[in-house]
Amino acid sequence: MNVLVALRLVPDVSGEIEITEDEKDIDREWLDLRLNEFDDYALEEAILLKERGDAKVTAIAIAGDGVERMLQSALARGADEAVKIAWEGDAPPSSRTAARLFAAGARDLSADLVLTGVLSSEETYGQLAPFVAAALDWPCVSSVNEVRVRAGVCEVVQELSGGATATIRMATPAVAGMQTASRPVRYVSGSKLREAAGRNIPTLQLSVEAADERAERLRVSLPDSSQRANLLPSDVNAAAAALRQILTEHGLWKA
Amino acid sequence: MGNVLVFVEERDGEIAPTSREALGAARTFAAGVGCQVEAIVLRAEAAPRPIEAPGADVLLCVTHPTLANICPEAALAVVESVVRQREPAAIVFTYDAVGLDLASGLAMRADRPLLSHVIGFAVQAGQIEARSQAYGGKAIVESRAAFPVVLTLMPGAFKEAAGRAAPEIVELEPPERLDRLRTEFVAETRQDTSGFDLTVAEKVVCIGRGAADESTLALARGLAATLGAEIAGSRPIVDKGWLPKERQVGKSGRKIKPKLYLALGVSGAPEHLEGMSGAELIVAVNTDPSAPIFGVAHYGATVDLGAFAIALGAALKAGA
Repeated sequence: MNVLVALRLVPDVSGEIEITEDEKDIDREWLDLRLNEFDDYALEEAILLKERGDAKVTAIAIAGDGVERMLQSALARGADEAVKIAWEGDAPPSSRTAARLFAAGARDLSADLVLTGVLSSEETYGQLAPFVAAALDWPCVSSVNEVRVRAGVCEVVQELSGGATATIRMATPAVAGMQTASRPVRYVSGSKLREAAGRNIPTLQLSVEAADERAERLRVSLPDSSQRANLLPSDVNAAAAALRQILTEHGLWKA
Repeated sequence: MGNVLVFVEERDGEIAPTSREALGAARTFAAGVGCQVEAIVLRAEAAPRPIEAPGADVLLCVTHPTLANICPEAALAVVESVVRQREPAAIVFTYDAVGLDLASGLAMRADRPLLSHVIGFAVQAGQIEARSQAYGGKAIVESRAAFPVVLTLMPGAFKEAAGRAAPEIVELEPPERLDRLRTEFVAETRQDTSGFDLTVAEKVVCIGRGAADESTLALARGLAATLGAEIAGSRPIVDKGWLPKERQVGKSGRKIKPKLYLALGVSGAPEHLEGMSGAELIVAVNTDPSAPIFGVAHYGATVDLGAFAIALGAALKAGA
């Protein structure tokens, strides 16, 4: 089974973020790019399928800053092949154009199953997995935490609210949006990463009709800070003492 | 101008709390543009009584054996068919596993704008301006889109609708696509509640992504023991295998309302907040002062979580 894993780089917003002067975007100048966390799970699940003898894994991404290195890391993780989709635009493609590019890539590479992350932190105007599925007219299941393949039939486990799960069987070709992988993401040694760093990443030229977001972004802002927590002292021992007092007052600690 | 359509999820004969909120949001939309609220209800067989869907003027019922269980492809086929027949101005979903599939699938297939993660909106003359959470709750994106539009709403952002008179019930023909689906429901598993149950804990210490390694988890465990609290984790901690799934707090874990929730290194992504924002006293420790967890916490400290765990443990024992 040909498994295509669609990977995306996203800004690392684990620290403090700022907004650009024109208030149209977050300020990306000092933010690193990292592999979208959920795409990372998609890659892990694909490699687990490969290790069970059920898949040939191709990692695919749309060309851009840092993408070649990300795809080389995917090879170091265990992907059989990696390709980047040519993109000449000044700005990254819209979510709908990106979906069409990945869909065209899936057709071009004869994918049986497309895995990608269920979400990225930037998807205000639509999620990639169902978008790709709609562009291909393939079935899709999102919020998946496990993929199993038996005799060309794919079974996915979908996470529902409150810890319930549903097992769903999909005839391939199909798409799944991964919420997590069935095992923790593996560690890759520095030597494997260095070895993969020299690998050539071929480029796929695909022709798709561009589509805009169908919505206009008006403004980006930071959340209202007026309802923020009462801050404890910045000295760790003073903060601990203050909290002890608060817990005592709330009847949550008896001295 | 069409109506506003709400996809209603029904579980065990009751509509999901998030669907009640979606109906509340739809009422606001309907009041703004002067239209009705229609709720789509999927059924395997004709029900003995209509479900309670407060806020709905019309229940659009589609009945077919394949709709007995969760199957995104089947639900999408029904929603597409209903949208073709009713031509709504807006279609409203909630942000959950089913909503994610349906909203994006419908928006792409029907070429309609989609606004995701919506926490507020205003409607006017054929268009909507909406506020969406982005970047894990660290930023708000305001967008404008023309009708007809697809929306996914964040849980907890909208109030449930007040009760209304019995809605009109309209039975719609199931689409032919239901007879040639490529996906099939196999089984559903409910969370095992026979063992450990985090929801009954009065005090919870939750460790998050800010924990650099398992030695920090050990410090949090020590603090939990001192406090008489249960240890819990956010999604990344459970995904790493550091804690079992039954100790995960959030959308796909447990939803809890303890008397004390002490969050150590938890950033507070919307999916996490959904599981704990109802706690009576929330204390957050995170070195990032912009972490969304501080938006729901009553008290916060921007200090190293390992050092804080040691200091608080010592402070508690010193006064014991």
